[in-house]
Amino acid sequence: MADEEEAELSEKQKIDIAKWFLLNSPPGEIQFVAKDVKAVVNDDVLYEEAASEAFPLYNKSHMISLEMPGGIGEVLVTSFGELEGTEFLDPRTAQVAVVDHIKQVCTDVRPALDEELPSAYVEEFRCALDAEILRYVGEAYPKGVCSVYCGNGKDAEGPGSDFELVVVISAARHSPQNFCNGSWRSVWIIEFKDDVQILELKGKLQVGAHYFEEGNVQLDAKHECKDSTIFQSSEDCAITIGNIIRQHEAEYLASLEASYSNLPDTTFKDLRRKLPVTRTLFPWQNTLQFSLTRDITKELGIGK
Amino acid sequence: MEAAMGLMRRMPPKHIDTALSALLSLLPQHSSDLLSQVDQPLQVLCDSEYGKEFILCEYNRDADSYRSPWSNIYHPPLEDGSLPSVELRKLEIEANDIFAVYRDQYYEGGISSVYMWEDDNEGFVACFLIKKDGSKTGQGRRGYLQEGAWDAIHVIEVGPDEEGTTNYRLTSTVMLSLTTDNESAGTFSLSGSIRRQMNMKLPVQEGHLCNMGRMIEEMESKLRNSLDQVYFGKTKEMVCTLRPPAEIVMRLPDS
Repeated sequence: MADEEEAELSEKQKIDIAKWFLLNSPPGEIQFVAKDVKAVVNDDVLYEEAASEAFPLYNKSHMISLEMPGGIGEVLVTSFGELEGTEFLDPRTAQVAVVDHIKQVCTDVRPALDEELPSAYVEEFRCALDAEILRYVGEAYPKGVCSVYCGNGKDAEGPGSDFELVVVISAARHSPQNFCNGSWRSVWIIEFKDDVQILELKGKLQVGAHYFEEGNVQLDAKHECKDSTIFQSSEDCAITIGNIIRQHEAEYLASLEASYSNLPDTTFKDLRRKLPVTRTLFPWQNTLQFSLTRDITKELGIGK
Repeated sequence: MEAAMGLMRRMPPKHIDTALSALLSLLPQHSSDLLSQVDQPLQVLCDSEYGKEFILCEYNRDADSYRSPWSNIYHPPLEDGSLPSVELRKLEIEANDIFAVYRDQYYEGGISSVYMWEDDNEGFVACFLIKKDGSKTGQGRRGYLQEGAWDAIHVIEVGPDEEGTTNYRLTSTVMLSLTTDNESAGTFSLSGSIRRQMNMKLPVQEGHLCNMGRMIEEMESKLRNSLDQVYFGKTKEMVCTLRPPAEIVMRLPDS
């Protein structure tokens, strides 16, 4: 009896477990996971609490995109655009989207307040870069959504102060009917350093994929890179940054492809070879012989 | 139970143990179902008498002890732990010896264990296990993998002899994970688990070991191939759908 009581999980533990499952959902699968978690936890109150904590974290880390009402475009749910609670800024349209995290929909929009937007000086750089990234994403990602946020220094009024822009690219593909889901997420933080007239770029790329027809196989790939360039006019900065991002992302894709093509003959071989070292199938037919020999050696007392 | 299995199909395969222990603690009433339906990464113990490692699974467990295929002794020691019949133990010893050779030829290292026990319908069941650590610091001879694990579980139900032939029913699971990590490509990690079945009616003339061995060899090659070609291939396809390589983009007409 005492044992059973000890084994019984506390409510906190149950919530933590539910959250763990939700947060480990593969790209695009949290709703399916949620349904199963709800059944397994079997306590709606606890489940709701776990969901209310896990969904916002999942949505932001997966940087999901949601259609805004009125057909004005899609908003990305990211920590860079997060205002208060369920509000997320869409810098391109200068709208603030109200998000229902658990349903994963945008329920309402309102125009952003002046203090939520960057200064005219910063906005000039942001807007130029946004146009450039939009063009690049349109070319490189069939289903990509992108946003350029102002990270720090959004109130910089003109030359003489530093500021920071953040480029977010998120592309997701969900095809449960083909048992396959995946997502590509890039975050590029660009520091505009006024004093040294240099731009420093830091990129974080993350790619995930899940294939689950009669099995469960997942890819989880991450890469970080750095680059820098000189401070120029807003237009020129935008073009240079766009090119740097394009180049790094193309290189990364090539290295992913290389990792895949190295699998069969090198990487995988360290786990199991395709054929034995002898390059022929294992001689099972000799096993009878093998055991006879062994019996004989044993009888003769000349064992190993 | 259905929901629990649904979760296991979606959680990252490299977190199987965490997911399983979470489910076990949430659903203690289903623990035996969960343990029999979810394959977990294999654990090993060292047989003190032989100084050799052996693999633990449900099939060599009695209470909290596991029987070593080398000494036939339970670790930690257990009085009246169940043992296979003398006849079957002989086949088990032979299978362990031969399977170790097979394992070394395909895996260039690793650990293997074979366990056998009588079943209720005049036949027997054999379980062949292989565990390989292919990481740089483990037994990865080529040193490509930061982390690399391959666990294979093959359970064969061998039916009674019927006029010189026997039914073999093989259920195999492979769990693997591999991670490469380098400056230019970042961390690249694939993990997965698949399970397949195969039934065969074979003449016993050449012996059970020979038949079981061939089936396992064929199955392992199939599983390796489908992981490599199909499963990993599908995730690669997904990556290329998300961000098609440049040459494909250029071929698309302007829209």
